[in-house]
Amino acid sequence: MVDTVDSSGELAPPPAHRRTTWGDRVRWLLRGLGQVLITAGVIVLLFVVYEVYVTNYFADRAQAQVKTALKHEWEQAKGKDPLLALPGQSAPSLPEGKGIAYLYIPRLGRDFGYAIVQGTSNADLEKGPGHYIGTALPGQVGNFGVAGHRVGKGEPFLNLDQLQPGDPVIVQTESRWYVYRVGGKPGDITATDIQGVPGREIVDPGDGAVLDPVPDHPDAPIKYARMTMTTCHPKFTATQRMVVHATLAQTVKAHGLTMPASIVALYNGQGA
Amino acid sequence: MYVWIWRHLPGNLAIKMAQVLVLFLAVTALLFFVIFPWIEPHLPISQVTVPGEK
Repeated sequence: MVDTVDSSGELAPPPAHRRTTWGDRVRWLLRGLGQVLITAGVIVLLFVVYEVYVTNYFADRAQAQVKTALKHEWEQAKGKDPLLALPGQSAPSLPEGKGIAYLYIPRLGRDFGYAIVQGTSNADLEKGPGHYIGTALPGQVGNFGVAGHRVGKGEPFLNLDQLQPGDPVIVQTESRWYVYRVGGKPGDITATDIQGVPGREIVDPGDGAVLDPVPDHPDAPIKYARMTMTTCHPKFTATQRMVVHATLAQTVKAHGLTMPASIVALYNGQGA
Repeated sequence: MYVWIWRHLPGNLAIKMAQVLVLFLAVTALLFFVIFPWIEPHLPISQVTVPGEK
């Protein structure tokens, strides 16, 4: 930034017979300062444009590729759902950055549909919502953890704060449709369930306990298949994390890639 | 600096303005595709994860 002040051309060279006065120097300094400030302002504005539009453009393209690749994979490898074949909690054969499941949230609209990628590195999350490696897989008992950007980078979780208690969160794998229900009680999304897990909470960035098999309760018995979504909070900052917990309520067997009628019915009265 | 650039651009007013536009777009492209993507991971604005169980 400082090097944008270039003395050589700021003012017409003073006539040879005139000495550079104190006023010349002040004028030169003020003009340079003004230009630096204007330049800085324009750069900051451009950064906002970049963050809000340009990153979305690239993320949308990457997400479209992951979506298509996953669809092709499922169409070809019939009956070998990698998410079902794996025993226990580990998922060693899932390559990072590739799609593993689709995510639908009726509350966020009929056009809300993302491929969830494996992994939560910066590169992974630029493609779409990412599955925390080591957390449960969709439908498994434990906690299926997913992180997503809230502003820019495709912003899948831009409106995560609009989820209401009981809202369905649908995860499609090759062989199953899993319907999770957002926790909390009607009118109070922060209300806790039988194991003390709220529907939504705002936590510090270092609070990894929200991904525990029983979120925030590492010692509680692991009985339910849960899902946890994390994003940044408040918008545009990384001061805290917004975390939404849901619990598996329904499993529907998949027949091809079409959405079963019972899943379509979940869209009635929800979303825009 | 801007005065210096303006003085050194050849041509009449219209040609100069066209060149300014091209220069501005070039700088913008440099910011969008090189500098911002490089600087962004170091800014505390789009961290969405909590420590996972690796």
